[in-house]
Amino acid sequence: MTDMLTPVLTANWGTDRSWTLEAYEAQGGYAALAKALKMKQDDVITAVKDSGLRGRGGAGFPTGLKWSFIPQDNPKPKYLVVNADESEPGTCKDIPLMMASPHTLVEGVIISSYAIRANHAFIYVRGEVLHVVRRLQAAVREAYAAGHLGKNIHGSGYDLDLVIHAGAGAYICGEETALLDSLEGRRGQPRLRPPFPAVAGLYASPTVINNVESIASVPSIIDKGADWFASMGTEKSKGYVIYSLSGHVKKPGQYEAPLGITLRELISLGGGMRQGHELKFWTPGGSSTPLLTAEHLDMPLDYEAVGAAGSMLGTRALQIFDETTCVVRAVLRWTEFYKHESCGKCTPCREGTWWLAQVLTRLEKGQGTEEDLDVLLDQCENILGRAFCALGDGATSPISSSIQHFRDEYLAHLTHGGCPFDPMTSTVFAQEGALA
Amino acid sequence: MAIDDKTYDELREIAARYPQGRSGLLPMLHLVQSVEGKVTPEGIQVCAEILDISPAEVSGVATFYTMYKRRPVGDYHVGVCTNTLCAVMGGDLIFERLKEHLEVGNDETTPDGKVSLEHIECNAACDYAPVMMVNWEFMDNQTPESAVRLVDDLRAGNEVHSTRGPRLCTWREAERVLAGFPDDLADEGPSAGKASLAGVEIARTMGWTAPAGEASAPTGSTADTKVGAAEQADTARAESETKAEAGQAEEGKS
Repeated sequence: MTDMLTPVLTANWGTDRSWTLEAYEAQGGYAALAKALKMKQDDVITAVKDSGLRGRGGAGFPTGLKWSFIPQDNPKPKYLVVNADESEPGTCKDIPLMMASPHTLVEGVIISSYAIRANHAFIYVRGEVLHVVRRLQAAVREAYAAGHLGKNIHGSGYDLDLVIHAGAGAYICGEETALLDSLEGRRGQPRLRPPFPAVAGLYASPTVINNVESIASVPSIIDKGADWFASMGTEKSKGYVIYSLSGHVKKPGQYEAPLGITLRELISLGGGMRQGHELKFWTPGGSSTPLLTAEHLDMPLDYEAVGAAGSMLGTRALQIFDETTCVVRAVLRWTEFYKHESCGKCTPCREGTWWLAQVLTRLEKGQGTEEDLDVLLDQCENILGRAFCALGDGATSPISSSIQHFRDEYLAHLTHGGCPFDPMTSTVFAQEGALA
Repeated sequence: MAIDDKTYDELREIAARYPQGRSGLLPMLHLVQSVEGKVTPEGIQVCAEILDISPAEVSGVATFYTMYKRRPVGDYHVGVCTNTLCAVMGGDLIFERLKEHLEVGNDETTPDGKVSLEHIECNAACDYAPVMMVNWEFMDNQTPESAVRLVDDLRAGNEVHSTRGPRLCTWREAERVLAGFPDDLADEGPSAGKASLAGVEIARTMGWTAPAGEASAPTGSTADTKVGAAEQADTARAESETKAEAGQAEEGKS
């Protein structure tokens, strides 16, 4: 039986100077690259397909299949773009990965670019993480010096240039087509699909866009085999992933496990809920995934089971809230976030998120009426599925799911004439007075 | 301050990193900020000239992204995460305390020009909540008291280190790194903070590992053939499955 935790990507995070080429190669780094360069490109794609790797950035699209959509008879250059714009509230796995082991990502980029025949790759990293940008820049510099990047890589005849590109603060740029517009030096606004990026992406050329963790998983698949990767996880959700536990647990942090572990197991590994408190609600994969409650503690955290429960696995961003947290306050804050981050291109999202925030604000102050809940649900219906991208859809998730699970708490704001919670009780310094 | 020849050259250098120069606009605007202290009309003009686009197009981009500032920020730009998780864990109270202590509002700078304050959205460090950023370096696990100490140190000119990063540089220096001109701080700070290692530490204690795979050394020809055959066999199944899934899967965030 597979162990409960299976560190692969996180295995070297605690080692001395893990971000350097020397440390990475000392633990076997870049062996997968050497192996891949001896393989045919299509065999690399096949290996990733066979592994069952699905996109780790939220949508869960099969990575190898995405690669195979690149039309190799298209005469235009092919591009690989890594989505390192990690911004989904609750999501905090790619940033520590790039900080601790940027070479895992760089090696993945080289192998993946080789597979899709790209000679130019980009890592689009959000600008608000300066030290991560530094570590990536240094890793790329080292990789060029070692001949892992540049012309005729290790005598293979294969050339690759890799650019680290820092964004400038916009959640929407995590959406893949908005990211492409941003990388082309424009406002980050999503594009209408089709055409999909595989056909017309960066500079209208065939482009693969993958999340950091997806690309970082590739070296291990090439090194240890598709079967090895697929031996972990559940039937349709293969492999290991990083689960990010945050909020009211004793030991928040990154837990790398095969897909299918349960929240009960993860919280238990994390030392349990904070002393004297119990789970109230949680997000399985960031704020855009509908809220779940304690009744879902034993659900396997894989793509299928979370989907069947009416939510989404998303980025495995497990934000845990205990009974001291006001769900209306939590949802209002997320709604204000979506309103702020809506790029403004599509009317239902631009105007809709604005109205959602207004109605929720009124409810939170205890000034609304019960009918406002129906107004909210109606607004959600008018946003869902009516915009170019999923930002607006995501904005409706916390609202409709919280009304479903916590209708009474909304009503309590009305009878109480405001929020019945003391915001101090949910803070980390409420209990741990010594910390403050 | 004028944009001198050196900056002009560096802006061209950024554009030249890309197959199409306009891709350089975001890092170019970061460089403008590092030189000018904000996005200035002159900076917009120069970027437009170099990329052969209109200043209106550059302005359109500069006004879209929150990291571009049209008013000067402090030497130390302090962000407090007030997205839901950090807010609930104490971010709201930290932000209130700092506004009071510094006597500034959101997106304002202290009169001495040392510190500016902004509430920010999720900065991907939720396992270290409540999180603050100074010049986009992580300041993890804050309290109202530690936040006040932090800004006092910054205003006093004391050396301050990120809780899992290097000593802090100024905002302008940070913007230069984001433009793609590295400083020498990459090797400072640890590999990871404590929370990032939570799972790895447990696995080490429990003796848990990922299953042993094939040897990472080049495998012999027999094994290769065997694996190759298995891979071939698996492909048909994986393809039919993934094609079925592809129909359902959303092409959302990659």
